[in-house]
Amino acid sequence: MSVLDSKIPEGHISQKWTDYKNHLKLVAPNNRPKIDVIVVGTGLAGASAAASLGEMGYNVKAFCFQDSPRRAHSIAAQGGINAAKNYQNDGDSIFRLFYDTIKGGDYRAREANVHRLAEVSGNIIDQCVAQGVPFAREYGGLLDNRSFGGTQVQRTFYAAGQTGQQLLLGAYSAISRQIGLGRVKMYNRHEMLDIVKVDGKARGIIARNLITGAIERHSGHAVIIATGGYGNVYFLSTNAMGSNVTAAWKIHKQGAYFANPCYVQIHPTCIPVHGTNQSKLTLMSESLRNSGRIWVPKKKEDAEAIRAGKMKPTQIAEEDRDYYLERRYPAFGNLVPRDVASRAAKERCDAGFGIEANDTNEGVYLDFSSEIKSKGKQAAYAQGIHNATEEQIIALGKKWVEEKYGNLFQMYEKITDENPYELPMKIYPAVHYTMGGVWVDYNLQSTIPGCFVAGEANFSDHGANRLGASALMQGLADGYFVLPYTVSDYLANEIRTGQIPTNTPEFDEAEKRVKDTINQFLNNNGSRSVDHFHKKLGLIMWNKVGMGRNEQGLKEAIAEIDQLRAEFYKDVYVPGSADELNPELEKALRVADFMELGQLMAMDALQRKESCGGHFREEYQDAEGETLRDDENFKFVGAWEYKGSDINQSQLHKEELNYEFIKIAARNYK
Amino acid sequence: MSKSVLLKSSLAKKYWMALTGLFLCLFLVGHLLGNLQLFMSGEEGKRAFNEYAYFMQHNPFIKILSYLTYASIIFHAIDGYLLAVQNKKARPVGYAANKPSANSSAASRNMAVLGTVILVFIVTHMANFWAKMHFDKMPLHSMTKTVEVPVGQDPMTGEVIKKPIEITYYLTTKGEYKEQVYKDPSSGQKQEVFDVKDETFFIDKNSGLKLGEGYKDLHSLTYAFFGQDRSEVGYKANEYALIAVIAYVISMLVLAFHLSHGFASAFQSLGLRHPAYTRLIKGFGQAFSIVIPLAFAAIPVYIYLTK
Amino acid sequence: MASKYININLKIWRQKNANSKGEMKTYKLDQVSTDSSFLEMLDQLNEQLINNREEPVAFDHDCREGICGMCSLYINGRAHGPDNAITTCQLHMRKFKDGDTIYVEPWRAKAFPVIKDLVVDRSAFDRIQQAGGFVSVNTSGRTMDANAIPIAKIDADKAFEAAICIGCGACVASCKNASAMLFVSAKVSQLALLPQGKVEAKERVMNMVRQMDEEGFGNCTNTGACSVECPKEISLDNIARMNREYMKAMVTAE
Ligand SMILES: Cc1cc2nc3c(=O)[nH]c(=O)nc-3n(C[C@H](O)[C@H](O)[C@H](O)COP(=O)(O)OP(=O)(O)OC[C@H]3O[C@@H](n4cnc5c(N)ncnc54)[C@H](O)[C@@H]3O)c2cc1C
Ligand code: HEM
Ligand code: SF4
Ligand code: FES
Repeated sequence: MSVLDSKIPEGHISQKWTDYKNHLKLVAPNNRPKIDVIVVGTGLAGASAAASLGEMGYNVKAFCFQDSPRRAHSIAAQGGINAAKNYQNDGDSIFRLFYDTIKGGDYRAREANVHRLAEVSGNIIDQCVAQGVPFAREYGGLLDNRSFGGTQVQRTFYAAGQTGQQLLLGAYSAISRQIGLGRVKMYNRHEMLDIVKVDGKARGIIARNLITGAIERHSGHAVIIATGGYGNVYFLSTNAMGSNVTAAWKIHKQGAYFANPCYVQIHPTCIPVHGTNQSKLTLMSESLRNSGRIWVPKKKEDAEAIRAGKMKPTQIAEEDRDYYLERRYPAFGNLVPRDVASRAAKERCDAGFGIEANDTNEGVYLDFSSEIKSKGKQAAYAQGIHNATEEQIIALGKKWVEEKYGNLFQMYEKITDENPYELPMKIYPAVHYTMGGVWVDYNLQSTIPGCFVAGEANFSDHGANRLGASALMQGLADGYFVLPYTVSDYLANEIRTGQIPTNTPEFDEAEKRVKDTINQFLNNNGSRSVDHFHKKLGLIMWNKVGMGRNEQGLKEAIAEIDQLRAEFYKDVYVPGSADELNPELEKALRVADFMELGQLMAMDALQRKESCGGHFREEYQDAEGETLRDDENFKFVGAWEYKGSDINQSQLHKEELNYEFIKIAARNYK
Repeated sequence: MSKSVLLKSSLAKKYWMALTGLFLCLFLVGHLLGNLQLFMSGEEGKRAFNEYAYFMQHNPFIKILSYLTYASIIFHAIDGYLLAVQNKKARPVGYAANKPSANSSAASRNMAVLGTVILVFIVTHMANFWAKMHFDKMPLHSMTKTVEVPVGQDPMTGEVIKKPIEITYYLTTKGEYKEQVYKDPSSGQKQEVFDVKDETFFIDKNSGLKLGEGYKDLHSLTYAFFGQDRSEVGYKANEYALIAVIAYVISMLVLAFHLSHGFASAFQSLGLRHPAYTRLIKGFGQAFSIVIPLAFAAIPVYIYLTK
Repeated sequence: MASKYININLKIWRQKNANSKGEMKTYKLDQVSTDSSFLEMLDQLNEQLINNREEPVAFDHDCREGICGMCSLYINGRAHGPDNAITTCQLHMRKFKDGDTIYVEPWRAKAFPVIKDLVVDRSAFDRIQQAGGFVSVNTSGRTMDANAIPIAKIDADKAFEAAICIGCGACVASCKNASAMLFVSAKVSQLALLPQGKVEAKERVMNMVRQMDEEGFGNCTNTGACSVECPKEISLDNIARMNREYMKAMVTAE
């Protein structure tokens, strides 16, 4: 029996959560103000949790490193949020959303968690609409939906290309209300740098006030970590510059297991890399795949001519274009899941058909000309223009596209200086989302009692690959509809604890750990900037723990990072002092954790001798290059226990996944 | 509704600004319509204008309006300065490099300066005309005509002998011209019928009865102020007429700028904005800000040029 | 879009902390790719400064894709630099020429005190939001079905167009009065346009305006600078709507 107890309740899948919830312990309203809850992170998961717990009457302290909770990286989500409302009458249901998510995750997610997610998905939309989130609507005044990769129904709710922003601002308004009422105390520009455990339980955190540099102690009866994903381990990703693994990593080092770190989602539609000074990659929403067709030239000469700037994509005849997704996956075509689309792009570029004139030639086209024509025709017809000219049709089609994707097109043009209405977009996969994260049980509690983890920071619901529009769903499900119940159940035993003092040896010790690290960096007096090392780490990760992985590369990666780590501690230069706003120091502390995490990711990838979802081991593919999953040996969650700074000592624990309600099958999008 | 909100909130302050500003715009229209009569220079024009001025001073309804106007100006100016001071305080440290022309009109950024010029103008304008009208003794509307008066018959030819006599008439508020002085230019002999008392009333020389009331001659005052000699009715041409005209024109230019932003801005402040009307309001505001000050400015220029 | 390299001069506001006096300092930076974003150019400058053992320039940024609202630089006299409808992080160096001198300053407003260099404190915006920028609805799995109240598409669209404000503060920075009207009115409008927000519309607008005034922002002269410089092109319609909402609230308040 594994040391991991997932606490999945008994019963039929559709009743588990309801029954379980009905039997959870409660805290009476008059006792709640006596209980402090720390929420680290105010993205969708953290803000929704903090607001809900505040409304219930707990004393909440919330932390974020940005200058306002409104800026968490959830804000950047473009495409949409799934919910099994079946407003479009296309046969959607809770079961289908559950099924699609499990299948999309390549059968590496927990059934019970995913079903719960699907169950509450509808409530999320209700809640958000009640908060005044302006989702897109149809002329009849009802909510509109779009479809997303990996599904055959339209269940994605959206607000133009800014869904994450609108949802986050909804959660932000909820938390703001509680801050105004004094039930949530907000600590902006504060970074959690360690957790404090007392008698094995999470009892507080050490945070640095990023403005004054003060190291602060905060105590609480429970700690919720909702600090987002760790994609920035690759340096270049679609994550915000400040996104980091530090909070998750620090709790890992204090006893929380870290699950499936190798599951990384590489998003197929991002703007390709352009130069060495590039600091981040920009996502072009997946929703564009509803209207755009992905292709590369059929002939290598054409690809070369394009890269050399001698030819334009529009000059390539229809029959000389390879719409490789439509060719390989006729049933889903351009709407195959992200991992599939990404690998297919890599395959074409590796084979020499890439069209971007960067170091690696990595780029493919996302072409809207067919959609412009067909929508233009429809629009012309709708307006009663029966013999519309080509120009009229194209103009109408462009208008349609503009209405639907205007802001994305504008964003693309600002970055690349190319007009996507005229020329096809250039896109390439980029690191986007991390399915792995802190291991949590059904209550979203980590292996540290009292330490809960929510949102992208946990490993929970997406298995080996996340379907589009389901991270927003998960973050809000965790924060609005799961944690308030499960955290209360935990806190029911804390009503007599009383306020937790911060002048204890446990706090002293944790604070010392933090201060020592800070001083070490500031006194290091090396010669290289933090970014220098971060970029190096990113390159190792991208090349060897990226879209395609193999045993040799992974082993090399572990060794190389070892070396880089040593170099980093020896030669990094962090200017400034500890008692001021010091962005370089912040970066150094984060990169230190990324290095350790990078190694663990490689370890995990090495251990997982199969290909599944976002994890593609080159050794495990079929003749057509499709993934070969090994359900017999790897149908488990790999949760790592920290055993000291030598990563090779980390210990793997397995949580077997049982599929009782879904028949496990090969994932097929053909 | 608490008083503090009415006066202290930033939005309410702007409501007052807008209401007083728009009221002043209405005032401008009325004032201009009156002033346009100054384009008529003969007796008829003079009479029309002076009658109008009298009416404006004495009609109770107009009186209320005028008090409202004074109050508006004062309130608008005080409120404007309050806003301007607060606005300045809101940015204690300025930019080393600033390029506001990229995002806003110069007029909109300088309303307080423009307003101050207008205020100075209003004060001098009132000192020059309004105060004189109200507090100074000033000549009344009169007119002197030379008539040939029969003084006898030529005994030889039997022809009627006429003698030019200058008769000065005063216009009464009843609308009749009353002869006041007969003067023989050759002998300088004068005969007065009534006295002008307090520069207002006509008192019969003999009976001491009040014969009527006269009109203050604002028309001649204005003409003289802008350069035309009206010595015959007691107004000497202003020596500094050119300067007065230029100052007036500049003030109107300033007013034009103030209104070019202010007119439409007032509607925005009051929340009166709608896709269907906003362009109309803006267009009208632009036209208003050009036409009204232009028409105002044309009057002194005309007077000066026709001297 | 062949990339070019340019050499530039930078004049940047340096200020150690909130209490110290700052000044403009001059830097030279060579070999800047025109494909770099403005912030990547600053990264490059910081790399150079670090290598020379000088203190790097602190500036706010996070998403670098124009949505978080963190980046906030006043460049060559304009909020978010010489282009419209973008944030600083979306500004690219192709907007500049070889040999250009570029002024980089923090937002300037009493309500946005400088924390360090180019970093300012915008928590006043949060406090305005806390004063009323929400619908008072608690979390529950039992709010009514999302489609229970149809909302006219035109209202939903207008609400959305107001709701896309990213809270960057460029409106305040570019307004000659450092007024926060565009920001506040965007939130007031969003919620006033939706049936869910109408219930507490009066209290909301009164409370948010009161907080706005208390924070020390200036008044609105309707110059329109805010909307021109707003990266999300938030419309002045919203300010007019807030003026209406406030008037309604003021004259009908109990
Ligand atoms: C470009 C992009 C587009 C996306 N589009 C979609 C989409 O269309 N649909 C979808 O479902 N998902 C999408 N996703 C994924 C989804 O947005 C994220 O997974 C999700 O929003 C994460 O939410 P979160 O609350 O877990 O974390 P975040 O929103 O990242 O919030 C993290 C919070 O933690 C705080 N924090 C982090 N570290 C610390 C620390 N050490 N101390 C204190 N505070 C800390 C931060 O300040 C922040 O408040 C997208 C992601 C990206 C990057
Ligand atoms: C006939 C004279 C005047 C007229 C017709 C007039 C009209 C207006 C109008 C319509 C506005 C716009 C109000 C708004 O935006 O809501 C305005 C604004 C303003 N006026 Fe006047 N005004 C006059 C005289 C003055 C004077 C004498 C001052 C004195 C100081 C002044 C100072 C201002 C200021 C400062 C503003 C800008 C207020 C702001 O938006 O912050 N105005 N005016
Ligand atoms: S209104 Fe525009 S400029 Fe002002 S904070 Fe919002 S997005 Fe920024
Ligand atoms: S860094 Fe997020 S908007 Fe510029």
